[in-house]
Amino acid sequence: MLLDVHAIEKSFPGVKALDGVSLQVAAGEVHALLGENGAGKSTLLKILSGAQAQDKGELRFDGVALDRTDTPLKRQEAGIVTIHQEFNLVPEMSVAENMFLGREPCRYGLIDWRAMRRRAREILSDLGLSLDPDVAVRGLSIAGQQMVEIAKAMTFKARLIIMDEPTAALSGREVEVLHRIMRDLRGRGVSIIYVTHRLSEVRTICDRFTVLRDGRFITDGEVGDREIADLVRSMVGRDVVFAPRERRGQRGELVLRVEGVRRAGATANPQARALHDMSLDLHAGEILGFAGLVGAGRTELARIIFGADRCDSGVMWLHGNHVGLLRSPGEGIRRGLAMVPEDRKRQGCFLDHSVKHNMTLPSLKRLSHWGVFIDEAAETALVDRYRQALHIKTPSHDTPIGKLSGGNQQKVLLARCMALAPKVLIVDEPTRGIDIGAKAEVHQVLSDMARQGVAVIVISSELPEILAISDRIAVFREGCISGVVEGASADEETLMRLMAMDDPAAHSIVRTAA
Amino acid sequence: MMKMEERTTDMHGVVDRKTTHPPEQKAHARSSPIELLRRYGTGAFLVLLAIFFETQNQNFLSIRNIRNILTDVSICGIIAVGMTFVIVTAGVDLSVGSVLAFSAMSAAWVAQLPALHFAPSWLIALVVAVLVGTAVGYIQGKATTLLGVPAFITTLGGLTIWRGATLLLNDGGPISGFDASFRWWGVGSVLGVPVPVVIFLLVAASGYVVQRYTRYGRQIYAIGGNVEAARLTGLNVKAVETSVYVVIGLLSGLAGFLLSARLGSAEAVAGVGYELRVIASVVIGGASLAGGVGGIGGTIVGALLVGVLSNGLVIMGINSYYQQIVIGGIIVLAVALDAYTKKRRH
Repeated sequence: MLLDVHAIEKSFPGVKALDGVSLQVAAGEVHALLGENGAGKSTLLKILSGAQAQDKGELRFDGVALDRTDTPLKRQEAGIVTIHQEFNLVPEMSVAENMFLGREPCRYGLIDWRAMRRRAREILSDLGLSLDPDVAVRGLSIAGQQMVEIAKAMTFKARLIIMDEPTAALSGREVEVLHRIMRDLRGRGVSIIYVTHRLSEVRTICDRFTVLRDGRFITDGEVGDREIADLVRSMVGRDVVFAPRERRGQRGELVLRVEGVRRAGATANPQARALHDMSLDLHAGEILGFAGLVGAGRTELARIIFGADRCDSGVMWLHGNHVGLLRSPGEGIRRGLAMVPEDRKRQGCFLDHSVKHNMTLPSLKRLSHWGVFIDEAAETALVDRYRQALHIKTPSHDTPIGKLSGGNQQKVLLARCMALAPKVLIVDEPTRGIDIGAKAEVHQVLSDMARQGVAVIVISSELPEILAISDRIAVFREGCISGVVEGASADEETLMRLMAMDDPAAHSIVRTAA
Repeated sequence: MMKMEERTTDMHGVVDRKTTHPPEQKAHARSSPIELLRRYGTGAFLVLLAIFFETQNQNFLSIRNIRNILTDVSICGIIAVGMTFVIVTAGVDLSVGSVLAFSAMSAAWVAQLPALHFAPSWLIALVVAVLVGTAVGYIQGKATTLLGVPAFITTLGGLTIWRGATLLLNDGGPISGFDASFRWWGVGSVLGVPVPVVIFLLVAASGYVVQRYTRYGRQIYAIGGNVEAARLTGLNVKAVETSVYVVIGLLSGLAGFLLSARLGSAEAVAGVGYELRVIASVVIGGASLAGGVGGIGGTIVGALLVGVLSNGLVIMGINSYYQQIVIGGIIVLAVALDAYTKKRRH
């Protein structure tokens, strides 16, 4: 075995991320690492790359035990190189400079540019890549930048390359090029750990696989003798328990209709993914779940509906009125929409500002005399009301929100939206990074909102969460809505299929449910 | 000793009862001397400095000198109130000294036109100075938000543009010969308080009310605290950002009017270097250049500190060049303290 990972354990405050995980990778094999979001893949990769140290367990590489305190650089020098989803490239520098960044060949203490270019060219042609070493990385496509990362890995004489979802942003042809390079590397005895959510790819390119679930080793084996459905079955069925919501069965009037949302993607920016002809309906009193992988278009569509982002074309109707597309979140709020954004700290909270100020900011007009002078009594009353209703634990109204736990921060942001009395509430990853008790409370709040007739959109990467709370579920894949299913009859396997597979048959099966 | 122990347990008691996050709260409690220093350090330093200068020269705390210091502080202080608005949104305005001179020169130039003698010259000058300052502020604010150029750059451009425009207006010469009612705004007094000081207090009080009690005030802090969150909360970020440059432009115009009334002439070199002094006042007063934090109260203390320091060093007969060195040092110190306490908190 080239890599032998044995009984790794890793805990974070309140969570056991990895619990006795093992993984064996032979020399010259492509090994798929599979699991849902939260299964522990990223933590394992971080431990392998040296970004984090395991609490218990052993890593052996080529028969030698690895020191748990190794830095990422030491691991790279040992021959374990990780290519992250977010590239570690300096856009303004050339391909060659990026490949040798921090380890430039030197002569008399000065960079030996000629040697650097020559070696870069050697490695690139060795990989069969037609990249010019002098061109700036900024101008390359995502696929091109990925090739630079691979070439950079080869400057370390990598023997094990870890690729974290390398094809998530690539087109079909680019994926083929990547697969060719991977086969080529395998032919030379380089091993690859491959994380992907496209299960069809596992069959095409991987030799063996390991499945993780809830931080535990589930199974491993040869890919050749497994059906995809078999793999899916071993990935799903997580322990996380969410009490299923009581569903009312009948939905209210149509509140929101979105039709034909399209956006051309930007090649150099993985964030601006292309969206293809997305349409959906939303009814009063229902919770519509958005399922899909990160980057599949869930958050992108939600932000366009709310007015936070622009798109190329698309139409919206609110309460039957044609409103086109919203131009700003301000307009969204005026029209009765509210959103709790994906990234609580970066997009939601004013961390240094008080709980009170965080909660009331968009409602201040209503809380002010003549829309100018804040009515402090009314403001305090509002904060008190939501603090009690949502059980927000805070020392006082004036405590900076940054000092609260994640769950309480999230409740303040929910209260901020609820105070606007919205007709449509969008919540993006509402329970990410908060403890289980707070998760249940957040679900309760969303259920109550729906019962009061609010149309709720819940975006989540946790399938059990989506299944527990949604009346209907829209599944997103690569910028399309690949299906809409009834929450009551759906299960994780159905969702996984729609999220991860390029199987047209799967669509027709599920579409009938919508 | 006994007392000390009692107090610590008491503090922990409070902490335990209140908190959902004990480790953070304890760290916070431990850093409280630094928090105290941060909150009251500048004020304490101001008092100590005043006492020190008084021991060096008996005239330092004389009524006459205090009036002098306050009048001096007032002109810069009025702009500093506007600068607090700007810095709280995480912006900056480097052009204030030039905008002051340009508004003052425009005002003096218009006021002397024979055709306008139907109205008192001070009224014309006041209106023109404020209008010109406001217009200039609006242009700079729009340039910053529409072009997407950092305020540092647009106002750095403004710093030389408006100075150049001032020099052009009267070919570099001063305009003087204001009548007594005009001069009253600079050298007169109300109940023994110099007029510029009265105006400064009015401006500071309004600024305080706006920041503390209005929706607009909250929006300014929100934008400086987290501009993306502010946008997603529905604020019109560009409009609010533009508005703070209008506010500081207006106040720079007002300050220009008062300065020319005080000096008896509108000078082309008026207000040179004010940007540094004004920014120093705001930053020493506890505002963060990263935005979201700061207030008028702190800014007033900061402005007083800078004023006392300059005046005191002059009275002690210390070469005025040292002033610049000392003020520069204090700015760095104030920001370093701010950065340090931030690091402790996060």
